[in-house]
Amino acid sequence: MYSTKYVKAKDIDDAATIMASAEDGKFLAGGMTLIPTLKQRLANPDCLVDLSACGLSAINDDGSSIRIGAMTRHVDVAESALVQKAIPAIADLAGHIGDRQVRNHGTIGGSLANNDPAACYPAALLALGGTVHTQNRSITAEDYFDGMFETTLEEGEIIREVSLPKPEKAAYVKFPNPASRYAMVGVFVAKFADGVRVAVTGAGEDGVFRASDLEAALDANFSADAIADGTVSADGLMSDIHASAEYRAHLIGEMTRRAVKACG
Amino acid sequence: MQTITMKVNGVSTSCDVPDNTLLVSFLRETMGLTGTHIGCDTSQCGACVVHVNGKSTKSCTILAAQLEGAEVTTIEGIANGDELHPMQQAFHENHGLQCGFCTPGMVMSAIELVEKNKNLSEREIREGLEGNICRCTGYHNIVKSVQDAAGKMGG
Ligand SMILES: Cc1cc2nc3c(=O)[nH]c(=O)nc-3n(C[C@H](O)[C@H](O)[C@H](O)COP(=O)(O)OP(=O)(O)OC[C@H]3O[C@@H](n4cnc5c(N)ncnc54)[C@H](O)[C@@H]3O)c2cc1C
Ligand code: FES
Ligand code: FES
Repeated sequence: MYSTKYVKAKDIDDAATIMASAEDGKFLAGGMTLIPTLKQRLANPDCLVDLSACGLSAINDDGSSIRIGAMTRHVDVAESALVQKAIPAIADLAGHIGDRQVRNHGTIGGSLANNDPAACYPAALLALGGTVHTQNRSITAEDYFDGMFETTLEEGEIIREVSLPKPEKAAYVKFPNPASRYAMVGVFVAKFADGVRVAVTGAGEDGVFRASDLEAALDANFSADAIADGTVSADGLMSDIHASAEYRAHLIGEMTRRAVKACG
Repeated sequence: MQTITMKVNGVSTSCDVPDNTLLVSFLRETMGLTGTHIGCDTSQCGACVVHVNGKSTKSCTILAAQLEGAEVTTIEGIANGDELHPMQQAFHENHGLQCGFCTPGMVMSAIELVEKNKNLSEREIREGLEGNICRCTGYHNIVKSVQDAAGKMGG
């Protein structure tokens, strides 16, 4: 790892001020992505601004949605009675990210800021039509994702919390890569009074996306039978050492069927 | 440089370390506690697992500087004098290791797992140890060891 400077910010304003005075600083949340990146010398920030003392880890129920602080660890989302009751699919998703040690430190804010094309939370934010709140503004899921590892967050912008509307029913099912546990394909299905939303992670060449064909099929008939083999096209899907685009297309159909069944 | 004070295996220590020092390097090189191993570069193998404030943690993926005031427990800190921790004893009795490289991390992960839930099914043990990779045993005797220890730890 290159040498760098570590600073623990006292609160979110302090974090923004320290970041503004750094040349090329990085916020440090759970470190589960950032520290491995630094170890491999893929980044060389002059300053790491630790957000862990900024008090960003509350979970609240707003009635129609839940709000989760950016620094909330995956383990705390998974074990939260509030989340388990309000949107059980989110607790389940958080409880299957990586492994126990990753869940003990990794955060929802870090996951969404990083927008790894195989990460789980981006699918939840997009399928639920959630909102990312920063120190300056609120960004809807539609406006937030901007391709692989890219978001519309500006330099120095800090995710404060994330709000997720409560669906009637929802489920997330992933086909994990056996080594990393990241999604080779992950599908989040959410049924609202005004329609079904389906978001797919792990598969798209531009990162997470909404699958409109699957949404139309499930709007007409919310049943696993509505997804026939071949419903999903391989156009725009990734091919890599783990899976071809065609195999990923097949997995999207299968994970969607499983998610619809899990909705009960 | 950062001056950090933390409790390692119950003993309070204060040291100056470069800001980019990983906890695992601090433990192995500064403290001389070489029971905690480094098995990968990708945060996947779990050979380096220790407890930080009771939570199992990959010590290769956290900076010492993040741990001001923390309590850290390593494999060296769990036995009671000459008496092995029940998890260590169970690995010993059930042949839960071969080369032993993954064992310190396995034992530390397994202790947290059992402390959180004493009535673990075999499946829950296997899932709970997903962050620990073993090249030798094929896992069966590790699972047996954890089941045995869970009984001894009050399950
Ligand atoms: C072995 C392993 C397996 C994993 N498996 C999965 C998996 O199955 N599914 C999955 O979804 N993820 C997986 N992950 C990733 C994990 O969930 C990470 O925790 C997460 O992607 C990043 O969160 P973090 O809190 O660790 O962020 P960090 O690593 O600290 O930061 C990541 C990036 O986000 C920025 N950032 C962090 N917080 C904020 C904020 N509040 N505002 C603005 N920017 C911020 C940082 O500057 C950095 O660029 C895995 C990781 C590992 C090591
Ligand atoms: S050394 Fe492999 S996970 Fe830490
Ligand atoms: S005993 Fe050799 S790696 Fe597990």
